[in-house]
Amino acid sequence: MNLLNQSQRITTQRGAARWLMLLGVILLGGLFLFPLWQITLEAAQFPGGLRLNIWIDRFSGDDGTDSIIQNINILNHYIGMQYIEPDSIPELVYFPYVVYGMMALGVGTVLLNKTWGYATWLVIMVVLAILGVYDFYLWMYDYGHNLDPNAPIKVPGMTYMPPLIGEKDLLNFYVKSYPRMGTIFMTLSILLAALATWVSIRKEKVHV
Amino acid sequence: MKTNTIFLTLFFLLVLGAVFLTDCSQRTTQTIVEGDAAQQAYVPPGEYDEFYAFMSGGFSGQVTAYGLPSGRLLKEIPVFSKYPENGYGYSEETKAMFNTSYGEVPWDDSHHIELSQTDGEFDGRWLFVNGNNTPRIARVDLTTFETVEILEIPDVAGLHCAPFITENSEYLVSGTRFSVPIPQEDVGIDTYQENFKGLINYVSVDPEEGHMELAFQIEMPGYNYDLARNGKGKSHGWSFLTTYNSEQAHTLLEVNASQKDKDLLAIVNWKKAEEYLEQGKGQTRETSFYHNLMDESTSIVNSTEVTETTILNPQDCPGMVYFIPVPKSPHGCDVDPTGEFIVGNGKLSADMSIYSFDKLMAAIESEDFAGDINGIPIINYESGLHGILQKPGLGPLHTEFDGKGNAYTTFFISSEVVKWDVESLEVLDRQSTFYSPGHLVIPGGETRKPEGKYLVAMNKITKDRYLPTGPELAHSAQLFDISGEKMKLVLDFPTKGEPHYAQAISAGKIVPNVKKFYRIEDNGHPRAAKGEGQARVEREGKEVHVYMTAIRSHLAPDNIEGIKMDDEVYFHITNLEQDWDVPHGFAVQGATNAELLVMPGQTRTLKWKPFKPGVFAFYCTDFCSALHQEMSGYVRVSPANSDVPLKWGLNNENTTATNMREQAEQQLAQRVDD
Repeated sequence: MNLLNQSQRITTQRGAARWLMLLGVILLGGLFLFPLWQITLEAAQFPGGLRLNIWIDRFSGDDGTDSIIQNINILNHYIGMQYIEPDSIPELVYFPYVVYGMMALGVGTVLLNKTWGYATWLVIMVVLAILGVYDFYLWMYDYGHNLDPNAPIKVPGMTYMPPLIGEKDLLNFYVKSYPRMGTIFMTLSILLAALATWVSIRKEKVHV
Repeated sequence: MKTNTIFLTLFFLLVLGAVFLTDCSQRTTQTIVEGDAAQQAYVPPGEYDEFYAFMSGGFSGQVTAYGLPSGRLLKEIPVFSKYPENGYGYSEETKAMFNTSYGEVPWDDSHHIELSQTDGEFDGRWLFVNGNNTPRIARVDLTTFETVEILEIPDVAGLHCAPFITENSEYLVSGTRFSVPIPQEDVGIDTYQENFKGLINYVSVDPEEGHMELAFQIEMPGYNYDLARNGKGKSHGWSFLTTYNSEQAHTLLEVNASQKDKDLLAIVNWKKAEEYLEQGKGQTRETSFYHNLMDESTSIVNSTEVTETTILNPQDCPGMVYFIPVPKSPHGCDVDPTGEFIVGNGKLSADMSIYSFDKLMAAIESEDFAGDINGIPIINYESGLHGILQKPGLGPLHTEFDGKGNAYTTFFISSEVVKWDVESLEVLDRQSTFYSPGHLVIPGGETRKPEGKYLVAMNKITKDRYLPTGPELAHSAQLFDISGEKMKLVLDFPTKGEPHYAQAISAGKIVPNVKKFYRIEDNGHPRAAKGEGQARVEREGKEVHVYMTAIRSHLAPDNIEGIKMDDEVYFHITNLEQDWDVPHGFAVQGATNAELLVMPGQTRTLKWKPFKPGVFAFYCTDFCSALHQEMSGYVRVSPANSDVPLKWGLNNENTTATNMREQAEQQLAQRVDD
């Protein structure tokens, strides 16, 4: 009687891991539907602020167009920041393929349905996420520090790197930088993979 | 001694009396603002007004936009008068807006604002206004607050009675103020009665684009057609127009056109007119009038001459037009929100006549007529009457409605606004306006759904409302709160020109659609430079075309050489910005026309004729950034016979025609690839 219950529970848990992982893979697709990050520049002369949305494959303003980039570039040229040119950022091209790859791998782990499969995917995804954030940090560092020596406005000792997460005063702008829905979906995806791994481990323990 | 004392006392009393009386008369003209009235008009910094009020500019020929209740002036929209402030009418793109059959007419006298309507409510899409002197109707696009179309109306004089809109913006109805010979001919003015005719004009409005077209004209007796309103709800399909000078006088109208006790209200069944038009009852006649329309993608005005008009004659079209008597020298003629009551005011009559649409229809049905004029039946006065508002005041002009069954009428002579009940014809309240009011406006007051919160009375003579400004004083608008039972004066604010009429609309119907900039990708101007790489100078014979870009904070190119004395230089400025409120200006020394204001993403052209050899500066006139002052450049002019090559550049990267063309082609190829 007791044994039967246990075996039923094993089957359920085996299924649960699969479903959790599948859901995680689907949620990863949210990266294509929502921006990852948003940097808001607030100043008196910009009611509502200038909002730059960073997607896995592009930049946009809240109106869905790229006029925001032009406006930020115009502002940046006074202080000598480099122009943001989405076409020259290789990450925007290959990041989507990385995500497609991870989604494919995810589907593979669901079919495989093994603890090591889930765990491996989880580790790769976490490493990639950390690398992605670090890469983002490097770009921002470069934009904020690598200034044109001929810029019209030079403030000694001033750099213009927006915060990775958080808020900061940069000259007349109050800059806010926060993750958006895309990142939340990616985080949920990682959490679900972790849950799938954990469930799968429990399943194997009971089985042994 | 005794007599002396009496005289002294009398003198003293006289002086005292004079002082007291003067004091008295002055106090009556001062605004006594009660309690929290001022607070009601106060819109704190950072907050928006609740309504836009669009006021015509009268002799300024323009339209102004104000916020209500604050009375703040938001913008002057140039319509019928050239406007050097932004180059409207001076830039090559907008010059054609002033084309008429009389040639270029760079001014007018604008009178009545009409906002577009859908189902009898304002839809916030377009604004129409008439030019009284050179008969025309303009359309302002309310996404950009720019005049985008002007249509001339042929064979009329003084288009005062215009451009009254129907409840789905099907038509803009107008009538001639002065009857004239049709077609124009050299006849004695004293042959007025036989030779002079009036026209009622129907301009159709395209429901998608707003484009106007003169659909048909109705030939009418030679009276003066003054104001109009169209039916709504049950009376939709009908127009009502007041006439004066049914005496057909042609000199000293003040006396000779004020003889009859009653003039006439013309009633037009335009649905019937449409039927007759379809049956081919209209007669085409040769004429000439201009239609000036701005192309949305290039923002260039194209002007076309139209040479035909279709005329319907009431004699051939029974049931299309009726008359009914209306008290002496009427002015306004206003239809209430239900569409049932039509208020006809006689300026020189002590009473006001209110007609009932149902009764008018019944009278027409039973042919309850008292004769006819040129085949137009005259309905018996009493048969069409809902009732008479007895002695409400002196000199009734205009009436608006609050949507709660009340009407508000301005009285020019007795200087007041009177509130009365439309159904029961009872006077409910009266408030002094200071000096003589003309039109009045309630947001949506002309529509089926007025927002009866505020009333603005526009004053025509406002002697002591503001600090004096020489012999000419500011005209005034007075804002009343009409949300309660009694009207309450809340604010005075000065206006530009002499607003004849205004319409006010909820800000929520306009703000979400306001365009922030023109998308550069959509700029179809043939001489646009859509990127700095396309900036260049090209010679076409004696014409030199400068394809210049403007961006914070430089113009490209900023050094131009090789211009010669006989050249005509066209500066085509494209503003590359894609952000709200970043127009760039352009001015060049020695320009005899105007400066330019170029909106983000737009291209505008200024023609410039070199006036002597030398080096002349050009610069941006609209403060655009911390480095605005540095946004400038030079154009070098050489003698006509010189051999200075055409050369231009930015930052010492000089370019000549040959290598520039290569670069431009590369740029273009790159754009296509992208």
